[in-house]
Amino acid sequence: MRAGARLLAVGWLFHFKMLSRSAFDGLLGVMWPLFFATVAFFMFRAGGGEETLLYASLGAAVMGIWSVTSTSAGAAMQRERWQGTLEVLVASPAPFALVLLPVTIAMTTIGLYCLVATLIWGRLLFGIDLHVVHPLLFALSIPVAIVSIGTFGFLMAVAFVRYRFAWALGNVLEYPVWLICGFLVPLTLLPDWVRPISWLLAPTWGIRAIRQSALGGSPLPDIALCVALAGLYTLVGVLVLETALRAARARAALSLT
Amino acid sequence: MAVIEARDLHRTYKTTTGTIRRRSLQVEAVRGITFDVEKGELFGLLGPNGAGKTTTIKMLITLLIPTSGSARVLGYDVVKDAREVRKRIGYVFGGERGVYERLSGLDNLRYFAELYGVPGREIRPRIEELLELVGLKGREKERVEGYSRGMKQRLHVARGLLHDPPVVFLDEPTIGLDPVGARELRATIASLTEGGKTVLLTTHYMFEADALCDRIAVIAEGDIVAHGTPGDLKAGVEEGAVVEVEIFGIPEGAVDRVRELDGVRAVSVEEREQAQVLIVQTPADVELTHAILGRLNGANVGRISRREPTLEDAYVALVGNSE
Repeated sequence: MRAGARLLAVGWLFHFKMLSRSAFDGLLGVMWPLFFATVAFFMFRAGGGEETLLYASLGAAVMGIWSVTSTSAGAAMQRERWQGTLEVLVASPAPFALVLLPVTIAMTTIGLYCLVATLIWGRLLFGIDLHVVHPLLFALSIPVAIVSIGTFGFLMAVAFVRYRFAWALGNVLEYPVWLICGFLVPLTLLPDWVRPISWLLAPTWGIRAIRQSALGGSPLPDIALCVALAGLYTLVGVLVLETALRAARARAALSLT
Repeated sequence: MAVIEARDLHRTYKTTTGTIRRRSLQVEAVRGITFDVEKGELFGLLGPNGAGKTTTIKMLITLLIPTSGSARVLGYDVVKDAREVRKRIGYVFGGERGVYERLSGLDNLRYFAELYGVPGREIRPRIEELLELVGLKGREKERVEGYSRGMKQRLHVARGLLHDPPVVFLDEPTIGLDPVGARELRATIASLTEGGKTVLLTTHYMFEADALCDRIAVIAEGDIVAHGTPGDLKAGVEEGAVVEVEIFGIPEGAVDRVRELDGVRAVSVEEREQAQVLIVQTPADVELTHAILGRLNGANVGRISRREPTLEDAYVALVGNSE
């Protein structure tokens, strides 16, 4: 148990360090949230008051976290495969879930920057008041949202390990999730049949928790749902991972050579 | 009990061709390989590119599941007991891939030490010891992307030995290294068996297998075509002779015509500056020089010599005959 926790922590730090040293990912990471935030601010400013702008600002922040996770998770797995490290990771005796999970959580942590940058950008350029109604719950909802999105990334990474071309899936999922999870548009505006899909996606509850704690409301049920979904994603990922790995070994999908 | 046992290993890859009309193809990379490696032995799998060496080693280190056949390492099945096998083996492959280039050598070694379950308090001294062994002491804090190819290769070796495994697999470890770097790495490899480790090495360098290995299996087209000590393999060709003919522009079809001569065991061509050298292996008591020249259709011929065969000739004959 202790060794597992240590491996998670060391893996997270290692991959976080590596991701933060990529000039390409770094530039994207810096620019993306600012673009998202600017578009969202202009859209919502036309609509009304200060509270709506903070609503948009928080939505844009989680858009950034999600985009970093969905696109980077696929790209990172492909990079592991390309640079030959995926085989080295699989050939180690450590349970592969404990190797893979910190990779995706590290990516989502980079998304923390998105949140901070978006809020500062909104404050400086658009004068948005950053008054938070429940500061403690706000502080709790952020890491919970990040970890739950990270575990969703973990679930996607399992598919990326098994299928060489699954990395493209991350890009495909990026924009639909913005809509389905209510980052910019309230879920009540979407067709009824979309809602069950939204409920299964952790970002839906992540953004709700952050908004409820910032704008006033009861974020605890949303936080609880985020934690439950994170647990579910991890459980499913761990259960499927060994089968996916075995299939990858049978079909020679771990390397490009 | 042998440390490594491979029994009738087969591995087939499925691949596709075409864009619109996709066609599925099956490539048989390994076709029934059987061998044993004993404790403390340095065993070589020798063969040309594409012979099936890397596929074989990947099945033994649990990265590929054999299509059929079985393999055991230290008594553990490579498919059913993959985790037990992984705990006890080290794996080093050649080339520049397999390390995180944006981070330092030290970062890489610390991370892999955790993955291989090296106890926390032992990590630092173990890394220090390995940095000394592979000659990276003093450079460990630099980013790997700034390392030379030889340094990256030595980092691979250190990574593969972090958990002090009793069995080490080395897949073409000296590929692309300069002669001095390759010689230093070969000395490190030789020292592994002195410390009691069992080593399986793949290479396509004849002299490397000769210099390092206790026993060699020559692999070609996915099958073992000969095995034994380097001395055994040499003995197989010592009763022969080699005729070398320097030619300035080999006529089309000449090599095939020479190959058809009675008594010819193997034919190969080496490029040497402006000329090519036709190397023909024959039995010792057969004189074929005139017959060979007769098959060259009046080509511009330079120096002609006859010599005793070397281990490299044995390798060329074995690999050539399987094609």
